[in-house]
Order: sequence, then C-alpha cells, then structure tokens
Amino acid sequence: MAKRIDVNGLTAYYGTHRAIEDITMHVEPGAVTAFIGPSGCGKSTFLRTLNRMHEVTPGGRVEGKVLLDNEDLYGPGVDPVSVRRTVGMVFQRPNPFPTMSIYDNVAAGLKLNGTRYKKSELDDIVEKNLRAANLWNEVKDRLARPGAGLSGGQQQRLCIARATAVEPDVLLMDEPCSALDPISTLAIEDLIDKLKTRYTIVIVTHNMQQAARVSDRTAFFNLAAIGQPGKLIEIDATQKIFRNPSVQATEDYISGRFG
Amino acid sequence: MSEQHLDTTERGTAVPLATLRPPRLPRWAPGALLVGSVAFAVVVGVVGRLHSHLQWGLIAAVVFVAATFGLAWRVEGRRHAVDRLASLLVWACFLVALLPLASLLYETVRRGVPHVDWYFLTHSMNGVLSWQAGGGIYHALLGTVEQVAIASVIAIPIGLLTAVYLVEYGRGRLAKAITFFVDVMTGIPSIVAGLFILSLWIMMLDFGYSGFAGAMALSILMMPIVVRSTEEMLKLVPAELREASLALGVPKWRTILRVVLPTAIGGIATGVMLALARIAGETAPIILLVFGTNMINGNVFEGAQSSLPLYVYEQWSFGTEAAYDRAWAAALVLIAFVMILNLAARAVARWKAPKASR
Repeated sequence: MAKRIDVNGLTAYYGTHRAIEDITMHVEPGAVTAFIGPSGCGKSTFLRTLNRMHEVTPGGRVEGKVLLDNEDLYGPGVDPVSVRRTVGMVFQRPNPFPTMSIYDNVAAGLKLNGTRYKKSELDDIVEKNLRAANLWNEVKDRLARPGAGLSGGQQQRLCIARATAVEPDVLLMDEPCSALDPISTLAIEDLIDKLKTRYTIVIVTHNMQQAARVSDRTAFFNLAAIGQPGKLIEIDATQKIFRNPSVQATEDYISGRFG
Repeated sequence: MSEQHLDTTERGTAVPLATLRPPRLPRWAPGALLVGSVAFAVVVGVVGRLHSHLQWGLIAAVVFVAATFGLAWRVEGRRHAVDRLASLLVWACFLVALLPLASLLYETVRRGVPHVDWYFLTHSMNGVLSWQAGGGIYHALLGTVEQVAIASVIAIPIGLLTAVYLVEYGRGRLAKAITFFVDVMTGIPSIVAGLFILSLWIMMLDFGYSGFAGAMALSILMMPIVVRSTEEMLKLVPAELREASLALGVPKWRTILRVVLPTAIGGIATGVMLALARIAGETAPIILLVFGTNMINGNVFEGAQSSLPLYVYEQWSFGTEAAYDRAWAAALVLIAFVMILNLAARAVARWKAPKASR
C-alpha cells in the first residue's frame, strides 16, 4: 500500500560536508511528488535519504527524522535492508544486472533475497510486473535473453519492473528519463501515471515540463552558493508552483530567470 | 571564402589545403618498397659478404622504414609520413615482442614433440639412469598437479576474500596496511617464500619434505597475485549495480555474492589463471621443500615428490642426450599444462561473463 512520508528537520552530510540542511516536508501517499531545482542543490541526496541509500556512500549520514507512516526510518533498531524493501528506487541510468536475463532481472529482488518461490509463482510475478511496466509485449518472446540487450528506454522500464516486483510502498525515481529519448520518456511518464494509484512516487527531474506533466505536488530546492547546503524553498500543488509560486526564487527558476 | 589557403610550411611548393583528395601513395607502394628493400639488403649482403642473415634483415628493415618515410614525405606530406612511420614502428615492436615467444614455442615443440608419448606421460624415472633413453614424467606431472591444486585451494579463497574485503568493506588503516603488505608479498622472491616455509614447517615444526610444504610456499606466491587482480576486477564493477541491488533490499553480502562477483567473474578467472601459471613453473621452493624424487609418490603430505619444472632442471643438469630430450619434452608438457588451464579459464570466463549481445 502507498505510504505517507513525513520529513522532519533532515540534514544530510557527506563526511563533514553538509549536502542538504533542515528539510521539513511531507509526501502524500498515492500521489506523485516531483523534486526540481538546479544541479547540486541536493535533490538526489534528499531522495536517497528516503530509503537510506545515502549512507551507502562512504561518509554519508543524516540528522533528523524521516517518518514512513509514523515509523522513523532512522530510529534505533531499524534495518536499512528492510527500509529499502519498503522504499524502492529507480536510478538515473538504466542499470539492469548484466549477468542476468530479462526474466532474472525482474525476479532479482525476490531471488537475491533468498526466499524460495515456485516456478509458477515467479512466472506470474514476472509477467505481472512486466505488464505493469508496459514492457511485457516487447519482451515476452525473449525473457531468457540478457537484459542489457534492450534499448535504453526498455532497460529503464525493466528496472522499474524490477523495483516494483519486490512490492515496495514507495517508489523513488532519480531522474529516470534523463538518459532517454522523448518517446521512451513518454512511455515512462505514462507508466508513472499508472503506478501512482498503488505507490507513493517521488521523482527527481531536471525537466520542468515533466514535473508539470506527471506530478501532483512539486518541491523546489535551491542552494545559496556552490558549496553551500541545499535547502527546500517551497513545496505545493504542482499547479500552484508553476502558475503562482509563493517564493520569488521559484518563479525565477521556473521561468528561466535565475542566477 | 578561402579557396587559396596555402600550405607552404613544409616545402617550397604550395599545396592547396582546400583539396579533399590530397596525393596519396598508390596501394601497391608499401609492397613494392618492401620488395625493393629486401632486394637491396640481399645485394648489400652478398656484395659486402655479410654472413649473418640477421644483418640482412636489419638492413632491409631500416631501408624499408627510411624509404617509406622519405617517399611518403615527398608525396603525401608530413602528417601521412609520420603516420606511416609510427605504424611501422608499432609493427616493429610487435614483431620484436613476438619473436622470442615464437622462437621459444617453436624450439620447445620441435625438440619436445618427438619424445612426448603415452609411455612418457605414464611412467616415472624410477630405475632409469641419466644416460638411458626412456623414462617419463608421470611422477613429476602428478606432483605438479597436486601441489598446484593444493596451493590454489589455500590461496584462491584467501585471495578472493581479501580482495572483497579491500574493495567492498575496507576503510582506513587496516585496509591500507593490507594493501601495503600485499604489495610487499608480490615482491617476495620465490626462494624466500621457500626458505620461510622451510624454517617454519620443516625446521621448527619438524615435518619432513612433502608436496604439501611446497604447496604452502606456492600459495604464498599465488596469494598476492590473486588479491591484486581480483581487486582490480571488483573495482571495475559499476557502483550502480551495487546500488541497484541494495535498493532492492538485498543485503550487502548477497549483493557481493550474487551481483558483484558474477559480474567480475571473467576477469577474476583470468587473474587466477595467471597466478596459477606463475606458480606452476616455480622451481626454487620445490627444490627446498619437495626435494624431488624419481619415484611416484601420490601422497602430498608425506615424503618427497617431484614437479615438472624441477624435473626439467634435474634432467638438464644431467647433461646427457637422453636427459636433454626428456627435459625438452617435460618443458613442452608444462607449457601445454598451463595453456590448457588458461583455455579452460577463458571458457569459464566467456560462459559466465555478462552478456550484452542483442
């Protein structure tokens, strides 16, 4: 089920460098939230703190709270592995596992976790998720072929199918279309629209039209200067942000009058 | 706007740069030049009474390079001339590098093949005197296979795990110290590794000579190579793959086992094979620790054994015609042994490697 995220006073560090500072916001369940902002403003870092991928980077740590349906992801005794099973992630560059077939890529999350599934069960899960990712018709005849042989857009949809196959509650997408052509981008955007009924989706994007097209709410991040931590400027309904933002900086950024 | 940009830097005559089809040497030119150079060298050789054909070849090569360069400069201009010169130099280096390898293989095959037969592979030297023909390498082959196998069983897991630690977990001082000592180990001469095991295992702990003692010394030599090559291969695995796996909620150890290692398996296998090839030809620690024998001893843990490199060394030092033949034949078998291992590793690597084909 889609879950709600509440972020409270979150500050993230890489070693001693403060990447984002004091972010407080909430992410609505079952809706698409877009993060926009200039490069280096900490959107991706913030996204990665939402499933504790941030701490995979050496020196990565956070202060503050991230509540997933009122449960603190950074609370004592919380297992980051369990967090990542609940909050899935799709990356900027499509990254299917090169040693695995298309089928195995989708089943990877289940197989790698060591749980035993019956062949028929696994078949169903793979088909269901490939269908959900709008990829089934393109690959159903070559499930045993390597996933790396697909086109970039197909690979990215494969990665989305792989992420949804472990049945997360939240799906984080870090610029999922930036490496794709417009047609593949459209396919992914359609997919996001379809997925949002079942998942809470957070998407980082540099493409403002994309934010306007796919998201229900938009958050704008900015940084005072290079080397300064990124901050949340405002978050609101997407229409409001794009038509009538409350902060001047947001309007400047969206209309291209920044810097 | 500039149909008359003139290139007057190289020669007095002006060549219009605008032309898209600058003059080139005809395609038969290199061949003709080669034939000409060889003919020239032959003439010089005959007239000058040079006996060594090596000198003839050198003359031909120098003339060929110089003539090609000069002619290309005249006809095609500086850039193409330098291009041809560089290509020729690269080819020359290639041939020089290939020459020792080819001649070594040729010589070993020529002198070894006549004496390698089923009898040779299946009999020991027991009771064969140095000047007698016959005898075989079964005992040495058996020893090499067993010692290399045991050394691998010791060194490969430790090496792999060390590399995994260094790449995936190691931070700070401990990792740096391990890297440093692995580097130091890479530089250990094989005789020193042999002396170490000799003093520890045989002199202090009072065990006798055995294939196992040799295998331990070999594993010391093998370990740093395995660590180094595996480390490099693991570093090549994109961080994105690790992240993709971690983001699916896969624990780190499973990520390493099921995603990172399979992705790098091809390179790791190659590295392990190089290490195997290195220790399979090792003689010094074997002399110290395994002692050598003419009899078949299948027990690695007890008593002297032999090994192929040691056998080659022993036979060669006998200095008789029959022993020379056996030495060459054994050397050929050793090369073949390493090569077969290598091909097997290649096959495994190809079979397991990431498939990117469409």
